[in-house]
Amino acid sequence: MTNAIQLEGIEKRFGPVQANRGAGLQVAHGEIHALVGENGAGKSTLMRILAGLHAPDAGSMLVNGRDVTGWATSEAIAAGVGMVHQHFMLVPTLTVAENVVLGSEITKGLVLDRGAAERAVRELGKRTGLVVPPDRLVSELSVGEAQRVEILKTLYRGAKILILDEPTAVLSPPEVRELWAVLRSLRAEGGTVVLITHKLDEVIDVSDAITVMRQGATVTRMASAGATPQSIARAMVGRDVALALDAEYAGSTISGASATAPLLDVRNLTVSGTRRGNIVDNVSFSIAPGEILGIAGVEGNGQTELIEALSGLREARGLISLAGRDLIGDTVRERGDAGLSHIPEDRHERGLVLDYSIAENLILGQQHKFTSGPTIDGARVLAHARDLIARYDIRPPDPARAARALSGGNQQKIVVAREMARDFKVLLASQPTRGVDVGAIEFIHARLREARDQGKAVLLVSADLAEVLALADRVAVMYGGRFVAVLPRAEASPDVLGPYMTGAEHAA
Amino acid sequence: MSRRAAIEEAVLPPLVALLLAAVVGDLLILSFGQSPGAVFQLLLEGTWGNAYGFGQVLYKATTLVFTGLAVGLGLRAGLFNIGAESQLAAGGFCAALIGILLPAGIPALLCLPIYVLAAALGGGIVGAVPGVLKARFGAHEVIVTIMLNFIVLALLNYLTSAKIHVPDTLHTPELKSGALPRLGDAFAPFHGSAANSTILLAIVTAVALGWYLFRTRRGFELRAVGLQPHAAEYAGVNVAGVTWRALAVSGAIAGLGGLNYVLGYKHYYEEGFATGAGFLGIAVALVGRSHPVGIVLAALLFATLSQGGLAVNALVPKQMVDVLQAVVILAVSTSVPEVRRLLRGARRSNDS
Repeated sequence: MTNAIQLEGIEKRFGPVQANRGAGLQVAHGEIHALVGENGAGKSTLMRILAGLHAPDAGSMLVNGRDVTGWATSEAIAAGVGMVHQHFMLVPTLTVAENVVLGSEITKGLVLDRGAAERAVRELGKRTGLVVPPDRLVSELSVGEAQRVEILKTLYRGAKILILDEPTAVLSPPEVRELWAVLRSLRAEGGTVVLITHKLDEVIDVSDAITVMRQGATVTRMASAGATPQSIARAMVGRDVALALDAEYAGSTISGASATAPLLDVRNLTVSGTRRGNIVDNVSFSIAPGEILGIAGVEGNGQTELIEALSGLREARGLISLAGRDLIGDTVRERGDAGLSHIPEDRHERGLVLDYSIAENLILGQQHKFTSGPTIDGARVLAHARDLIARYDIRPPDPARAARALSGGNQQKIVVAREMARDFKVLLASQPTRGVDVGAIEFIHARLREARDQGKAVLLVSADLAEVLALADRVAVMYGGRFVAVLPRAEASPDVLGPYMTGAEHAA
Repeated sequence: MSRRAAIEEAVLPPLVALLLAAVVGDLLILSFGQSPGAVFQLLLEGTWGNAYGFGQVLYKATTLVFTGLAVGLGLRAGLFNIGAESQLAAGGFCAALIGILLPAGIPALLCLPIYVLAAALGGGIVGAVPGVLKARFGAHEVIVTIMLNFIVLALLNYLTSAKIHVPDTLHTPELKSGALPRLGDAFAPFHGSAANSTILLAIVTAVALGWYLFRTRRGFELRAVGLQPHAAEYAGVNVAGVTWRALAVSGAIAGLGGLNYVLGYKHYYEEGFATGAGFLGIAVALVGRSHPVGIVLAALLFATLSQGGLAVNALVPKQMVDVLQAVVILAVSTSVPEVRRLLRGARRSNDS
């Protein structure tokens, strides 16, 4: 029997970047296949080639035994290959049903037959387990529901081979479990699924087979039964790595941390929203020296705004006290000078000026400390850069290289190096390892623990629950702009936190 | 990106654009039944080939350096200043006004700082208005600067023609003191050309702007705002403050351009004394990649084309040179990242 997908020797180059070099993929019919690899390993490119979004420079593509090398998106859709992208492509002002049928509308004369569309969506949802009310507006949906609509859209067009790009990045644990159930039911109906992901435990849990990519090439293909996160990570990186998932929680080395005065004390912090109440709603907490407070929660529940309010990027009411100094009303620069370090969640928008050199990015936010008179002291900036590049192993070690030209992991190392090298008391670390390769994750986690062990206060926000559990001394869950639970690490586990994350349970 | 790659990326698009313009020019000239070689030779002879033509090129380039630097500074801060046209006029007008008020017989060197201040203030105020409106209310600077062009030029024309013109002319009375010497006074071959010592001020301004942008902390912060406003905000930069100051200084630099005519050439303000130089400054800034060195070179190029148009008039219509300018502008604008970024920004603000 022929494979559903058979890619061989795929080459793809974008300017100077060789995204795929001789990559291959074999997926059998009715298989859930995981495609894993570090960021920039070429997974998404390979899948975009399969979906017809890019043409390969070389190599052959067979779908259901038919040579389809270099086909167009329309041909891919017609042949039943559909891709669900990482970033949703939905029209927020239209209903679920309207979004699903968009582009292949059922019409009654010249007008859309809304009733028929809703019936079709409801019926499809019942069959696959993708239940979303078809008459709801997409703008009112949760992220998990929006993703279901994306999958429905693809299935509605007759996809038999479904490609999902990092589908779990935005989901809470229960939503992830629901997604797996949906994928399994699709498999039971004879569908084939290719899943791009970097969460290794998930991979083993749901997939039948795994293909690992490294630096644009396919490294290995293995059966999921018998694979371990360690064996997959080794194939991804090419060496052994300590994974956050199985790292023993080390705990604070400073005993009696809670007895000392808190370094960061936040009282009744509130950020007003444009509609539907406050984005951050009366949040109070404190962090002691030598403590990491981890904030878990599904994205979009006020974590971003909380961090922005603390760092001075967003207006807020309440009290923020850093080692006894009130920060409300202070500018971003004043807060930084007072001892607040900030690793922002989006390094491309906020954390780096991509067209600035590594050396320039390493002083971003501290440029006023590297001056002589009105000018910037180039010699000191360069010495600073050389020092940090060596200590944080930023590659390539060229201070004049533009940050844009670096890999995601090395870009994040610039941000981490800069924020850890300044004189700080409190560190805000927001999604510090997002989109970063496994090797760099290990390194960044070690730096965060190091800051904690030096007696700093660390506030960690991460959408990755495993990361929060691996690093935090206390775990808070944020839902709807509030802290719905604050637990010592020993009492926190995915099963305990899950209901809080979805808002199913509230506690003081 | 290595340094070499960065320089290549900065220099290649304008060179390709020039090549393309040359090809289009050849085709146009052939369509008039003339030999491209002969026309280009004539163009060069009429500009760089003799002292008078060269002087005219220098004169036109001087104004374009100011307006090019003005637009370039805006682009570095992520702002598209379309208002150099009226800022230039306002600068010239204010200088001329001061010149009428000053008593006669003051040495030129004493007057110069006063004129510089007046011209910078005139252009700076016109530039600060869109700056403040953008920083305070988010009004798009492209719209506001375009609209202000009409308002300011109409106002200046009204003031000139209704209040302070010399009867039967459209210009103000002459400056009483402080007019700058022409190059022809020092170097006889330049005699008759409008080239004057304002060119030194243009060079000083270009050097100062280069120092400010690439050496100072303020320049570091301004460029960060232009490249990534969110990152600049994160870095503790007051983005609104940078925005309005950049547009005010941009206007002031354009205003200085008015001195070239008022102080160095005719010694009075006249309606439409530099029509088009403000808009051409946009092209100069784009071709010059918003870098002072590039802007000076681009100003010389556009001044050469504009003066050369007169020289080749005998063989081909001088509008042919306008077409060449347009081709250069189109080719460069589609290839430079500044424009791509502006277009991206425009699209993003449309989405939200």
